[in-house]
Amino acid sequence: MTQSVVVQVGQCGNQIGCCFWDLALREHAAVNQKGIYDEAISSFFRNVDTRVVGDGGSISKGKICSLKARAVLIDMEEGVVNEILQGPLRDVFDTKQLITDISGSGNNWAVGHKVFGSLYQDQILEKFRKSAEHCDCLQCFFIIHSMGGGTGSGLGTFLLKVLEDEFPEVYRFVTSIYPSGEDDVITSPYNSILAMKELNEHADCVLPIDNQSLFDIISKIDLMVNSGKLGTTVKPKSLVTSSSGALKKRHKKPFDAMNNIVANLLLNLTSSARFEGSLNMDLNEISMNLVPFPQLHYLVSSLTPLYTLTDVNIPPRRLDQMFSDAFSKDHQLLRADPKHSLYLACALMVRGNVQISDLRRNIERLKPSLQFVSWNQEGWKTSLCSVPPVGHSHSLLALANNTCVKPTFMELKERFMRLYKKKAHLHHYLQVEGMEESCFTEAVSSLSALIQEYDQLDATKNMPVQDLPRLSIAM
Amino acid sequence: MRMVSRLVRSLNRTEALVGVWRQGLAVLPRLVWNPWAQVILPPRPPKVLGLQVVFRGNTPSLWLSMSIVTVQLGQCGNQIGFEVFDALLSDSHSSQGLCSMRENEAYQASCKERFFSEEENGVPIARAVLVDMEPKVINQTLSKAAQSGQWKYGQHACFCQKQGSGNNWAYGYSVHGPRHEESIMNIIRKEVEKCDSFSGFFIIMSMAGGTGSGLGAFVTQNLEDQYSNSLKMNQIIWPYGTGEVIVQNYNSILTLSHLYRSSDALLLHENDAIHKICAKLMNIKQISFSDINQVLAHQLGSVFQPTYSAESSFHYRRNPLGDLMEHLVPHPEFKMLSVRNIPHMSENSLAYTTFTWAGLLKHLRQMLISNAKMEEEGFKDPALYTSWLKPVNAFNVWKTQRAFSKYEKSAVLVSNSQFLVKPLDMIVGKAWNMFASKAYIHQYTKFGIEEEDFLDSFTSLEQVVASYCNL
Repeated sequence: MTQSVVVQVGQCGNQIGCCFWDLALREHAAVNQKGIYDEAISSFFRNVDTRVVGDGGSISKGKICSLKARAVLIDMEEGVVNEILQGPLRDVFDTKQLITDISGSGNNWAVGHKVFGSLYQDQILEKFRKSAEHCDCLQCFFIIHSMGGGTGSGLGTFLLKVLEDEFPEVYRFVTSIYPSGEDDVITSPYNSILAMKELNEHADCVLPIDNQSLFDIISKIDLMVNSGKLGTTVKPKSLVTSSSGALKKRHKKPFDAMNNIVANLLLNLTSSARFEGSLNMDLNEISMNLVPFPQLHYLVSSLTPLYTLTDVNIPPRRLDQMFSDAFSKDHQLLRADPKHSLYLACALMVRGNVQISDLRRNIERLKPSLQFVSWNQEGWKTSLCSVPPVGHSHSLLALANNTCVKPTFMELKERFMRLYKKKAHLHHYLQVEGMEESCFTEAVSSLSALIQEYDQLDATKNMPVQDLPRLSIAM
Repeated sequence: MRMVSRLVRSLNRTEALVGVWRQGLAVLPRLVWNPWAQVILPPRPPKVLGLQVVFRGNTPSLWLSMSIVTVQLGQCGNQIGFEVFDALLSDSHSSQGLCSMRENEAYQASCKERFFSEEENGVPIARAVLVDMEPKVINQTLSKAAQSGQWKYGQHACFCQKQGSGNNWAYGYSVHGPRHEESIMNIIRKEVEKCDSFSGFFIIMSMAGGTGSGLGAFVTQNLEDQYSNSLKMNQIIWPYGTGEVIVQNYNSILTLSHLYRSSDALLLHENDAIHKICAKLMNIKQISFSDINQVLAHQLGSVFQPTYSAESSFHYRRNPLGDLMEHLVPHPEFKMLSVRNIPHMSENSLAYTTFTWAGLLKHLRQMLISNAKMEEEGFKDPALYTSWLKPVNAFNVWKTQRAFSKYEKSAVLVSNSQFLVKPLDMIVGKAWNMFASKAYIHQYTKFGIEEEDFLDSFTSLEQVVASYCNL
């Protein structure tokens, strides 16, 4: 069994990370009734005997003593991390896993990337090495950050290069929160575009998410709950909507529900690797199947169902609804409409009491309404995990490598150009040592190249599928 | 020089077989029976089948059969392997053998020797080696076997790593293979040494993933090198057409082309076909992989359970692998076999159905001609075979009195024919399209499989398709 390390950078990254660890603990508590430290838990947690001082405390088998998260928390101002350390999860984190500073990055990518990057490079490297040593077989780094700010965006992407050099064989999965249209950080387009270049080059897989979509999904759930629609009531302990089962009641912060969704995404992504099932899917298979060309590694995700139903025995129609929803644009975690764009590849990760025939039936049903690229007409990757998420009987995570990410990128580029043409706020960046205008132009051209690739694929969308002439054998 | 068009002619016309092949051997169906032989004879007893002989044996022989070592690779291989051993043992212990007790004992002894070895406390241990690159499935398989109480796997018969092959054939073949070659071959050798009389290997794997396919191809090659005198039959699972893994077509063509060189016979099972059997014939509403694996195990069991040898009705066939290969794979260019087994029905209908040979035979013949996978006289029709072969030589029958696994009568047809050409052709076509756009190739070149290797695989498989088409 492999282990993964979560790296949370910046305010956004740390808040999401905090939700993630809370949910992970709850999920494992629900599944692992006997309190034995097994391989599933070991993928995200270490078992430590806290009485031992220093490093020797790790226990690999037997009863759970004290769980420590395999995480590295990085933030250039102390507020958020301190709050985590004083909150209910303080025992899960090791003080040796933190890197903090006081002043923050001031929403400036250059400060995060160049200044703090060089300042903390050695410390960062050391923390990573330590966490890797604690792992038997490290498979993946999950990086959580936002694109619009300074630390998450700048330092977060600086890390990618460090990880690539130090651990070339370990996968780097990045969960990036893209700025929405009404973002209040003025320089977010600059930060995002500069960060995109790093993501293009150094990440294995990126899951772009934006706040507006998360907010829309939350509103939908609230509507469902409050309208008391017939037959649908939300289970109070469902992980998606509430954190009321958390270790202690903490007063609800505005982004909590949205962060919960992202945390669920990460849990479901790794579920088939941690738990048993009839068709397993490991993390390396995600990259293998969903990334046909190295640069096109942006995956749009959707999670369904968002609310549980009261019926215990789900008749097939409801199950089928779950599959249909996964492809609707209202359920995507990014503002995107995959149904009307071109699919390069699609993965369906099912959890719970769903069998292969249900999966096949739904694929057959939905296939005609989706457009796949000509060389991958039947490109589905499927996995079945028998352990459902807490509070649900089954769930589906759909990951799509689809040209519908293009509009997001194009919009970002437009906002960037509007600022850049006026050279607005540019001096803040150029003041930083190591930053020049060429950084900006390179970043934009890298993004343009990416957009062009998607354009080329889109152009093939409605063309008839041609079989290419094959090798012929002389007899 | 003739160019062969890539479109395969309708496979329903097995009669239109043009014998260009100089060494000529082509469609060789092989019928394996588990009948209650004397009760029903078909209306016109066929010349080739020795049905007139009534098997009321005296003391059946205690010749034990040669042993087969099973190698289970990857998630699919291990899940199926478990079902196969379970099916074999529960059939051999079944109380509905419908034959004399002596018969039954001989049958059981033969089955045991073939697939299991004995332990001190009498619990049979499967002659199997379990290999997977990540631990979850092997752990599950071992515990399920132990829980059954009837049999189990050997304690040291598994090889496991921590991180899987990621659906990457190149990783399974070029990285895991060489790295773990020694350990895996050691375990296999120990298992072979336990056999008094060793017949060959039965390797269970899938084509679509990374470990079963890539590591499977590597292991088979090694077995060819180290055990060149033993037989190797690979049981390969053909994935669903609409995809379980996106790169399954690449993995499949790489696997098949490599196995064609190193294996002696490829027994192919398609998930789609078995799914249809579950849905239509067995009426299972929500089909799970365990249902599919059980049907597969049933088919394999009915081929490999003890049957009488050709010489006499008193002896059980000693070397099923050898005999199968001898009759079915006479030429190295034609190695693909498929299995058809009847009847298949749900547990409920079983109690209320009676069987007749005429019905079964007719059904089976129809299945052969129409390529249905779901059912003697009919088999003798020369139109079924190439002009090279007289039905007498091409068609062989195995039988035994003892019923198999709750079915009063059942029949299995193992054939080497053109049926698999169409699916093979489709897979090659899809892989070729993907290859032309260079999608996913970087994932393979990362681990040492270059474009030339792909081209080699395409070439050899096109050759296979062409040869079969020319029959």
